[in-house]
Amino acid sequence: MTETTRKTGVSRRTLLKSTAGLAGLAAGSGAITGFPYVMSAEPKVLRYLGTAVNEGDDISKQCLKDTGIKIEYITATTDDVTKRVMTQPNSFDVLDTEYFSLKKIVPSGNILALDAKKIKEFDNITPVFTKGETPGGKKIGGQGTAPWKVLYLEGKDSKTFSKTATEFVTLIPTVYNADTLGIRPDIIKRPISSWAELLNPEFKGKASILNIPSIGIMDAAMVVEATGKYKYADKGNMTKEEIDLTMKVMTEAKKAGQFRAFWKDFNESVNLMASGETVIQSMWSPAVTKVRSMGIACTFQPLKEGYRSWASGFCVSKGVSGPKLDWAYEFVNWFLSGYAGAYLNRQGYYSAVLSTAKANMEPYEWAYWMEGKAAEKDIKAPDGSLLEKAGSVRDGGSYEDRMGGVACWNAVMDENDYMVRKWNEFIAA
Amino acid sequence: MDTSEDILQQPAPDLVRGSETARPAKAARLSPSFISWLQAGPMMLVFLAFFLIPLVFVVIVSFWDYNEYQLLPAFSGRGYTDTFEGCIAQLPDLCTIAKTYLKTLKLCFLVWAITLFIGFWVAYFLAFHVKSKTWQMGLSLLCTIPFWTSNVIRMIAWIPLLGRNGLVNSGLMKTGLIGQPIEWLLFSEFSVVLALVHLFTFFMVVPIFNSMIRIDKSLIEAAYDAGATGFQTLVNVIIPLAKPGIVIGSIFVITIVMGDFITIGVMGGQQIAAAGKIIETRVNALQFPAAAANAVILLVITFLIITMMSRIVDIKKEL
Repeated sequence: MTETTRKTGVSRRTLLKSTAGLAGLAAGSGAITGFPYVMSAEPKVLRYLGTAVNEGDDISKQCLKDTGIKIEYITATTDDVTKRVMTQPNSFDVLDTEYFSLKKIVPSGNILALDAKKIKEFDNITPVFTKGETPGGKKIGGQGTAPWKVLYLEGKDSKTFSKTATEFVTLIPTVYNADTLGIRPDIIKRPISSWAELLNPEFKGKASILNIPSIGIMDAAMVVEATGKYKYADKGNMTKEEIDLTMKVMTEAKKAGQFRAFWKDFNESVNLMASGETVIQSMWSPAVTKVRSMGIACTFQPLKEGYRSWASGFCVSKGVSGPKLDWAYEFVNWFLSGYAGAYLNRQGYYSAVLSTAKANMEPYEWAYWMEGKAAEKDIKAPDGSLLEKAGSVRDGGSYEDRMGGVACWNAVMDENDYMVRKWNEFIAA
Repeated sequence: MDTSEDILQQPAPDLVRGSETARPAKAARLSPSFISWLQAGPMMLVFLAFFLIPLVFVVIVSFWDYNEYQLLPAFSGRGYTDTFEGCIAQLPDLCTIAKTYLKTLKLCFLVWAITLFIGFWVAYFLAFHVKSKTWQMGLSLLCTIPFWTSNVIRMIAWIPLLGRNGLVNSGLMKTGLIGQPIEWLLFSEFSVVLALVHLFTFFMVVPIFNSMIRIDKSLIEAAYDAGATGFQTLVNVIIPLAKPGIVIGSIFVITIVMGDFITIGVMGGQQIAAAGKIIETRVNALQFPAAAANAVILLVITFLIITMMSRIVDIKKEL
């Protein structure tokens, strides 16, 4: 629905010029060497379907410069990305999507697993994805659709997830993060340490939760468990009774006027927080950064029950083959080679291959974003705007602490259909 | 469809004049009914291709089965039974779908009543008090101002006005009228109705104005001469003659509000259920048959309302 095709990187005019140049060059070189070299004149274009998270203009520009591959972004919301894969698998080449949607996408047969052997840095991918632990050896909570559960397929055209490592990878990991509640410390004025605070009557009419069922239900489950009302066997795969119970707790809070609003879109969450309509709510890391960059105090509060995590990665449409498939591999390899990873790290996300990202970041940046140390210099966003002044420390601290503190992952449950109905009921209550 | 054909077949003064001037030149041999079909044809084809056929598909899909990732083209009433889940078991409490429709109908009624009231008087002013055609045009164009900005921007702009720390609240607090900010100004039924009225009054003004401007001024003079008071003239002359406009405007407003989920979502802080919202959630969860079933239910209910309204006024005849 909210879908725009952004042609980034180069304008049509410069593209025309450069392709004309290339064609001229090809023709010229052909004339000299006697080579009818058509391939070099064909522009390498990949249509890239995904949410806005990874789709930076700088990334596509750098990619064009380094590899000659022109990326055409097709931006959609998480739900719309999945819808598009289901209904129009030929409308994109490379897919950038979240692991939890694999439970829907893989059985449809509309995507092609990638070959791990052709991914140069595959062995350097963080163990978060392959083993479910941090590089420091901390075990990560695996409730929900944790990436390592759905990373491998049993065979090339298999629709079954493999429990052991195979060379057929569903999504080559790119970016992930650990989410928690955002708060306004200037208004709350006391320490917040538990998800249960979201339902604390103290914040009546000033709390919010996100209205995307498959993510919102996980936040709700974190809250219910934190209040001590119930302990789930697996928050990411609830039974019908557990869904009923979770929604009952949330519905009671809603009826009592606990929530100011629910949000659905990044900017809504920023507006609610910045305007003071809410003081505690589910939030995403860059939204917190955005509120802070408006000069308003906002903390991405680490909580004792842990984080709700998400991860996304690349695969290709089943319609991609021949040279296009080679470009897709070339692009994925480029993406993991450092520039993009550093770019994502600087936004507060995490990159899948840490070593290459580190090589592309200044040591003080790495220390701030990844090691949880106080910033030696001012921390700047990829576009050069000031994010944090020297001396500040990242909320939640280091990579080890944040990823090591993950309790669950965004999920598609077996009872998804039932859950969606109950979620509608919650909204209607 | 048939309304438009009837209009064309009836000797409406403008059309007859138009076809008479055209006839001697070219279309002398074409029968009038053929010309009517020709005129209505393009619209009919557009309707067929982009409305009726998709609608048939929606109805068909609403009876299919589905799983997590695909439609299963086998007959199933699951889309409907799921929708009405708990409606009998939960009695006397209302089930989700009943609650949602009650809420949607309530919002719809409020918006309809308010837009009708405001729209009627705006149209009245434009038709009877503004004498110059230019001013009439200019002023009715002013009514379109709410449409100059995008939906999203318009919604976000309400926050600084109605929010907890917004203009209205801080103004009232400064004057000492209230001690604490009024919470129900935003993300409430009040704000939903306000935003919808703000948007859709225009759809009332235009058809009512259109009806009023066609009222023969000598009728009003006659009423005055016969000793009718202003109020009697309004009730016995103007309102009956403006009825077609009122009904058309009402149909516009009701159909739009019944299907709206964006405005209700944003202004209601996503906390107020709407019939359209259920469809959106289902589509996002890739449960297309369930979404289609809900769309069919919404269509039937809206259609019933419209039918009731056209019982009150025979639009075909009035036009």
